[in-house]
Amino acid sequence: MFVCLHAPGNLPLLVECARHFSPLIEETAPDAVIFDIRGLNWVFGSPEQIAHEIEQRVGIAANLAIACNPDAALHAARGFRGVTILPLGEEAAILAPLPLFLLGGSPEFARILDLWGIRTFGQFASLPALGVAARLGDEGVQMQQRARGEDDRQLRLLVDPLVFCEERELEDAVNLLEPLLFLFSQMLRELCERLRFHGRSTNEMHVRLKLERAADHIATLRLPVPMLDAKVLIKLLQLELNDRPPPAPVERIRIELMPVEPRSTQHGLFLPASPEPEKLEITLARIRGLVGAENIGFAELMNTYRPDRFRLRPLKMAAPVAVPLRPKLTLRRLRPACPAQVLCADGKPARITSSQGRGQVVASAGPWNLSGDWWSDEVWDRQSWDIEVRNGGVFQVYRERQTDWFIAGHYD
Amino acid sequence: MTNSAALLRERIQVTLGTRCEPAFLSKKRLEESLPSVVGEIPRGALTEIAGPPSSGRTALLHSLLAASCAVPEFCALLDANDTFDPESAAAAGVRLSQVLWVRCGGNVESAFKAADLLTQAGGFGLVAIDLGDSNEKRVYRIPLTIWFRLRHAVENTRTVVVVVARQINARSCSALKIELSRNRALWKGRLLGCLLDGFRVTAQTVRKHQTQERQFHIEP
Repeated sequence: MFVCLHAPGNLPLLVECARHFSPLIEETAPDAVIFDIRGLNWVFGSPEQIAHEIEQRVGIAANLAIACNPDAALHAARGFRGVTILPLGEEAAILAPLPLFLLGGSPEFARILDLWGIRTFGQFASLPALGVAARLGDEGVQMQQRARGEDDRQLRLLVDPLVFCEERELEDAVNLLEPLLFLFSQMLRELCERLRFHGRSTNEMHVRLKLERAADHIATLRLPVPMLDAKVLIKLLQLELNDRPPPAPVERIRIELMPVEPRSTQHGLFLPASPEPEKLEITLARIRGLVGAENIGFAELMNTYRPDRFRLRPLKMAAPVAVPLRPKLTLRRLRPACPAQVLCADGKPARITSSQGRGQVVASAGPWNLSGDWWSDEVWDRQSWDIEVRNGGVFQVYRERQTDWFIAGHYD
Repeated sequence: MTNSAALLRERIQVTLGTRCEPAFLSKKRLEESLPSVVGEIPRGALTEIAGPPSSGRTALLHSLLAASCAVPEFCALLDANDTFDPESAAAAGVRLSQVLWVRCGGNVESAFKAADLLTQAGGFGLVAIDLGDSNEKRVYRIPLTIWFRLRHAVENTRTVVVVVARQINARSCSALKIELSRNRALWKGRLLGCLLDGFRVTAQTVRKHQTQERQFHIEP
């Protein structure tokens, strides 16, 4: 037996009501839900009593229909006001007066039936089945079965989003990281097992630690690729908490793993070896602990003329190409740029003094005038020179806003 | 998975390499060493590039990074003094998306620790430690055991370890030593039309106690 609840504009309320009676629910349309009530007769009794209970529960004006198949219940709920019960075998007779537009179907199908002068479920149901099949094909046969209330199908069940979350309340607050890791290990193993069972991996881990007399400590780990190895996740969490330990004893732990589709990579036999993502992530986490998270990554140049502008991005492998072996002149940057005193002669640098060295300029090229970001607070304007210092290196120097001189770096 | 595929590939290459010349030979040559303007850079070994500032050390390092990225492989650059210029590197053919850049903020110890972690993790085609602007005495005082450890970590792997510094430091631990010196900087044009046109550089390579000298031009 199936129940259909129909009330335009109240879908969440209808779903909420359906959850009280059945776990098998279908969101059929924006104005209707169908749910399976098999077995409810043991609890509430006859279909009339079940309908009464549902009506009491829903609390709004909704049409309700009970039938032996989902589509008959749907059509009855859409077509009749209040409660309609369709006993087995009487569906066709009850549905017969309903207008044909409630049946749905393609516009072409509706147009043909209109040309034939078919206006109601009953008229369509009474047409010979072989004639309908010959003229309207499979769609016609299916529609006629629906009009007769005979079409049986499975519900397209409403599935709750999968949540992979574990919580532990600790009897005594724990201060040390090591005992916490035992708990993390246990929880993450269970979560990974559940993920594996559902055919999922994770690429994000949220950890919330409720602290004693302090605000919650939150750690979020974002992984570059989906993973399912509990050991790797534990190690990453350990490294994260080593870098940023909770400031107070922990009272409660909550770990949530975000489910994603597992990684499916076809490894080429003749591809060069690349770092294993899990191993690389642990290595990067360790190096982050050494040099800081902001100092490690893959550089990406920014779309600006301003020198030394880049951001750090995740890794990406590209296709092989041929590269010429000839070395190209390269700048070794000084960060921050080194202040210098430059004496000019004939408008060109003639002598330089700085912490990088001093000497006479024997050759120079420039000036190269560069400026930008005049529309923002970060306006910059510089005059750049390439200079060779006697018995020294070849430097790139610049004059910021026609005043101070700096060494940007040396060519190497 | 990647390593097992690499192992399988290696076995097939060893077994069938001579019978299937066209399929395996070019690949094999590529993988034994990394080509460079100063000769082949051995894989699974430590290579040192030394020289004063403006001697072409960084240009050579970038050409090695570009060659490794072109294979394609992942590379790591442990930048002790934060002197890496991504713009110059990209112009030299380095694919920045394949180069893991670790900025050590002047801490040589961090650079070596990170190098140790990366070589132990494996999978990188080239791991470069740039100590070009670090204090010479401090670098020279690095214990020999650290160099041995680094050499040992990449033995029997495809990883090239390159160290750039002002002088040779690793002594017997490095399989190839390259000492660079600038002959002269090349300028073209005159007065306001003058342009830096690269360097003329001499490279002295020491490999298995054999010294070789060659000159090359670093293009602008």
